[in-house]
Amino acid sequence: MEQKVKEPRYHIVKRADINGKEAWIIRVVAILSALLLCAIITMVCTGDNPISIFATIFKGAFGTQRKTWITLQYVAVLLIISLALTPAFKMQFWNVGGEGQVLMGGLAAATCMITLADKLPNAVVILLMVVTSILAGAIWGVIPALFKAMWNTNETLSTLMMNYIATQLVAYFTIVWEVPKGSGKIGIINQNSNVGWLPNVGNKYLLSIIVATVVTIGMMIYLKYTKHGYEIEVVGESQNTARYVGISVEKVIIRTMLLSGAICGLAGLLLVGGINHTITTTISDGQGFTGVMVSWLAKFNPIAMIFTSLLIIFMGRGASEISTAFELNQSFADILTGIILFFIIGCEFFIRYKIVARKDLGKENA
Amino acid sequence: MENREVAISLRGITKSFGDVTANSNVNLDVYKGEILSLLGENGSGKTTLMNMLAGIYYPDAGQIIINGKEAVIRSPRDAFDLGIGMVHQHFKLIDVFNATENIILGLEGKLNIKEAEKRIKEICDKYGFEINTKKKIYDMSVSEKQTVEIVKVLYRGADILILDEPTAVLTPQETEKLFNVMRNMKHDGKSIVIITHKLNEVQSISDRVAVLRHGEFINDMKTSKTNAQEMTDMMVGHSVSLNIERPEPVDPKPRITVENLTVVDEEGLVKLDDVSFTANTGEILGIAGISGCGQKELLRAIAGLEIVKEGKITYIHQDGRTEELLGKSPREISELGVKLSFVPEDRLGMGLVGNMNLADNMMLRSYRNGKSRFFTEKKQPRELARKVVDKLQVATPSIDTPVRLLSGGNVQKVLVGREISSRPKVLMTAYAVRGLDISSSYQIYDLINQQKKRGAAVLFVGEDLDVLVELCDRILVLCGGKVTGIVDGRNTDKYTLGSMMTQKGEA
Repeated sequence: MEQKVKEPRYHIVKRADINGKEAWIIRVVAILSALLLCAIITMVCTGDNPISIFATIFKGAFGTQRKTWITLQYVAVLLIISLALTPAFKMQFWNVGGEGQVLMGGLAAATCMITLADKLPNAVVILLMVVTSILAGAIWGVIPALFKAMWNTNETLSTLMMNYIATQLVAYFTIVWEVPKGSGKIGIINQNSNVGWLPNVGNKYLLSIIVATVVTIGMMIYLKYTKHGYEIEVVGESQNTARYVGISVEKVIIRTMLLSGAICGLAGLLLVGGINHTITTTISDGQGFTGVMVSWLAKFNPIAMIFTSLLIIFMGRGASEISTAFELNQSFADILTGIILFFIIGCEFFIRYKIVARKDLGKENA
Repeated sequence: MENREVAISLRGITKSFGDVTANSNVNLDVYKGEILSLLGENGSGKTTLMNMLAGIYYPDAGQIIINGKEAVIRSPRDAFDLGIGMVHQHFKLIDVFNATENIILGLEGKLNIKEAEKRIKEICDKYGFEINTKKKIYDMSVSEKQTVEIVKVLYRGADILILDEPTAVLTPQETEKLFNVMRNMKHDGKSIVIITHKLNEVQSISDRVAVLRHGEFINDMKTSKTNAQEMTDMMVGHSVSLNIERPEPVDPKPRITVENLTVVDEEGLVKLDDVSFTANTGEILGIAGISGCGQKELLRAIAGLEIVKEGKITYIHQDGRTEELLGKSPREISELGVKLSFVPEDRLGMGLVGNMNLADNMMLRSYRNGKSRFFTEKKQPRELARKVVDKLQVATPSIDTPVRLLSGGNVQKVLVGREISSRPKVLMTAYAVRGLDISSSYQIYDLINQQKKRGAAVLFVGEDLDVLVELCDRILVLCGGKVTGIVDGRNTDKYTLGSMMTQKGEA
């Protein structure tokens, strides 16, 4: 029908505060729509049955007991890194240097394992590993914080650049300590003596999971119930308000980045001393960045981060499983992961806004 | 009135944001060649209604009829095409451009600065504006910026002008100039809608008044047939007393002395120049001045938030001991036992944290207290929040509501409530009633007076000269960072203050 004037049929309206239940319905619908779209794309592109693909994704993550443990261990490491970044982001300090802080923690641990193996008893080596890796991560985190506090430099750039320095340092020491010479990698450190290998608790996966649990609970309490946590929130919301009530913004930034870097260093220790027993430049596998997403998706809530990190690891593990099981390449798995993440992040828009159809549209058409 | 043509007719306009209904079924006519005042308390939906005419918002329901034809306004461009132009409360100008560039910004067609300047000059001559087309915005005073905004709207051929609180930032002399221009525009047949809180201005400028309350249209009437009391009652919905109390100061003694205070900002501009004065107990010291004349820096310096070049700020305890505040941080000042409260101008950006709830905002001042060194104590702030909500009648769903969701007046009550809860010896307020409606404003005046009676030294930075003259015992006038005089509030009037505020410019 012809209208004299064009009217917008729909317009976007900002929601007032949405209740939690409605928000979760939107999120579930988003995930279901994402799975549906994945199914359609799978059918169109490969002709495979989408149900069996989904089943394979699930099997990839939780198919066997061993796979379940590995998945949980991955979740634990990602969770620790995400938790480490959280106080910084809550303070509106864009710490995208998790990658470098993890690497430095790992490098410190590896250094202890390699250089002290014959000189000190195992327990002392492990103790030194813990101390130095946490310290190394903290130092890597606090350098950009000092720049920020003293000269107000942009922390996004400085933390990011610190990543490259860390990568190059690891690359350098990989050549120094390469075994065998010319191989370009360090290989398993202390394979026979097992010096510096973090002890197994129950099985070899459980240690990271326990550490992650402790860090999660600790971080939740720290952010929610302590004076430090309160200061972080005030500084993040408004530095002017913080100064007005006498909070030293510089001190809070430095203190928080020490903590953020220290926990990243701890993740590096677990990766090197507990899981891989070696170090490579790619040992943190981009989790310093993935952690940013985990933290934001969970709106900086440590408990919610358990679920967001699980979701991301689950999808990643499942996706690589289908690429082998269906002889699809890894890119196809990436497409599916991309779709699901797009929907999850995109649905936040619908939580914040709603689309309203013009009410009298029907009347006029009739 | 009968033979006049209708320029705008709003029929059944409804607009809501989430659960909040900003306008509900509003019917309003604006005639050609008249000035209509739109009155209403904060949150009564005046600005929302006007934004729908200006194409910022789109109504949920209802019709807008412009010059007899139904119109659909989806964007500011649509509004301009219909001859509607709005000057917003916060100017939308580009600082680094000059007046002409700002005026022609966004217009289609070939860029011809010469031609544009000629037309701008024509417009200025016709209505009596004064404008320097080559001047950059960042060099302009607030009043000059406003002129640019109005000329911008006229340049685009607007016949219907909407001015959102245009006088809030002007001196009385500047306001008078603006009103003259508005009268010229009216005689040219343009329709003007002016949103304002100041009733004396309504009476001096407008032909008709329309009142909104809680998003609903209440009434409209000829200005000549009403008075301030009736308009107020209509706005608030019940009877309100319009007198500001001014009790005699009881036993005033010096509490804070400021000597030769000089503040220079990062760019080397002198913000305060050799300022000296004494603030007494049990007294309200008003601070008047055009905005940006050093009021902000003065309060910040006393609160320990400003880097001071030279001078002395001495606090005098009850027992005569003195304390030098200069060079101390806010925290060190409070640790000295100096009970200083500060209600800053920027409520949500400095005084409060918008995303935090009422209870957590109460904690801002007190979170360091409590038994534990490490953990926060939440019980007391919650009690305080409840007490403030109760005593000051803060309209909020609960004390767990983020303060950014509250209306302006309620935000200010939360802030003032927290600041006076510590029973301050010195209370500093900056623009304590800016943007607040009549009933909230009077409540704030009451609270300030209570602190005065308690014996606090009150520093009241204000912009409404009528209020300063009625409320303050003494008034210090700042002009370009210099003190141009301290006058007795009981023996002065706003014109004296107004000329003191601009003394430097005239000398």
